[in-house]
Amino acid sequence: MTVAIVGAAECDLGSTGLSILGLQTQAITRALADAGLSLADVDGIATTSVARFSATSLAEHLGIQPAWTDSTFAGGSAYEMFVARAAQAIEAGQCHTVVISYASNQRSAKSRSLGGVYEAHTPEAQFEQPYGPLYPASYYAMAAGQYLHKYGASREDLAEVAVAAREQALLNPRAFRYDAGPLTVDDVLGAKPLSTPLTVADCCLVTDGGGAIVLTSLERARDLPKPPVLVLGYGESTTNASMTAVDDLTVTGAVASGAAAFARAGLTPADVDVAQLYDSFTITVLLSLEALGFCAPGEAGDLVRSRGLPLNTSGGGLSYCHPGQFGVLLLVEAVRQLRGECGDRQVADAEVALAHGTGGILSTHATVLLGVDR
Amino acid sequence: MNDAPKNVAEPDEATRTWWEATREHRLVVQVCGDCGHAQHPPRTLCTGCGRTDTLGHHDSDGTGVVDACTVVMRAPDADHEAPYVVARVRLPEGVILLSNIVTDDPHAVRIGDPVTVSWQPLDDGRALPVFRPVFTPQEN
Repeated sequence: MTVAIVGAAECDLGSTGLSILGLQTQAITRALADAGLSLADVDGIATTSVARFSATSLAEHLGIQPAWTDSTFAGGSAYEMFVARAAQAIEAGQCHTVVISYASNQRSAKSRSLGGVYEAHTPEAQFEQPYGPLYPASYYAMAAGQYLHKYGASREDLAEVAVAAREQALLNPRAFRYDAGPLTVDDVLGAKPLSTPLTVADCCLVTDGGGAIVLTSLERARDLPKPPVLVLGYGESTTNASMTAVDDLTVTGAVASGAAAFARAGLTPADVDVAQLYDSFTITVLLSLEALGFCAPGEAGDLVRSRGLPLNTSGGGLSYCHPGQFGVLLLVEAVRQLRGECGDRQVADAEVALAHGTGGILSTHATVLLGVDR
Repeated sequence: MNDAPKNVAEPDEATRTWWEATREHRLVVQVCGDCGHAQHPPRTLCTGCGRTDTLGHHDSDGTGVVDACTVVMRAPDADHEAPYVVARVRLPEGVILLSNIVTDDPHAVRIGDPVTVSWQPLDDGRALPVFRPVFTPQEN
């Protein structure tokens, strides 16, 4: 691989009262400053959720006419997919410097609904919406139910994921729950039930926020101020749009996306020093740990309880920030860990990081492996 | 318990046969006449063999098994009143339907429970298939 991430930043997080484009601009200008670059260097843009023509609208807002754009809409995993697409575009010479960015003001704008958004022309509007599932929560709840049933796992196994995320958030001054104090398993189990077996404490936050990363060729990256973070591998898998297509809810597309990423990088799960796994819900982390090969099926609860793998070091979507699509912030934290910029939550000597995005209802899966420039 | 919505999105050419059968309280499954593959929702090609000219529907027997379930504790809209059960129901043909399990005891529904179809009327004469638990002797 010959492409590196050279800049990474968050926009303001939490409850900002700012616009989507305003938050995007913060993320992008901060990431470019971090990279030692300017907008004049950017000839590629990847983003979603700005407008119907997302990259188009963002490019105009920034006053640039990019040679390459991508607005693949795949929910939270799109940003890991964008890393692959951007690396390919840079390697192919279509563009030289790509900004991948996302921002949402969903908390300020109160734009999130429990039931999700159904488009009247889709099969799901006819065959799923009438039954009133929470979207996406009820799907993850059914996956959790299958997981508990299949492996004899417990709600405590799920809750431990939220407890571990809070421990990390208490080390991250930018986390939404930084000042909230520790969370216990009993707190999670005793929180308001949402869609059984999940309580609201099994679910990610609803916050404003977002971030941006900047990619360019490794050759160019070595002349920039920050140490380059290499794109070592990537893989993706798209499995379902509906709630009834996947036969076994406990086996996700992360199996295929992870295998592809590890094969491309020539690495194994044992090589990963720190993992950033999309934690839309506690169950998402258990399923992803197993699918990516960090442990055997049914053993993710034990792995989380042991704190054996440095995981979701920012505090994750559960306790740090979740702006609707968390994928870009997985990448921002992975980059910072590999640069050694994480202060109290820094994983010592982290050289290989994994970021895994999950979108929709376990619909889209994309894995990225990043490493230091040895 | 939940009240059925009174309106559901309009069928299209792929799903019209399925919905028309609901007017007669028949639960049908789309099956490929060539390769025998069963699929849901109905669509305009067979995902088993790719053919577009061999799809038909056959009457299912109205039984199923709970494949996955959740009790929704906070309703997303005015059509539903929590708590109620959202479930994936596996039919004998192998296809999975999303549905509700209509019961006075939503928290008692388990994966593997046998269920049978029941119908809730819609304003346009169609009916929405939901399922009820089948009580077996060992449960009583």
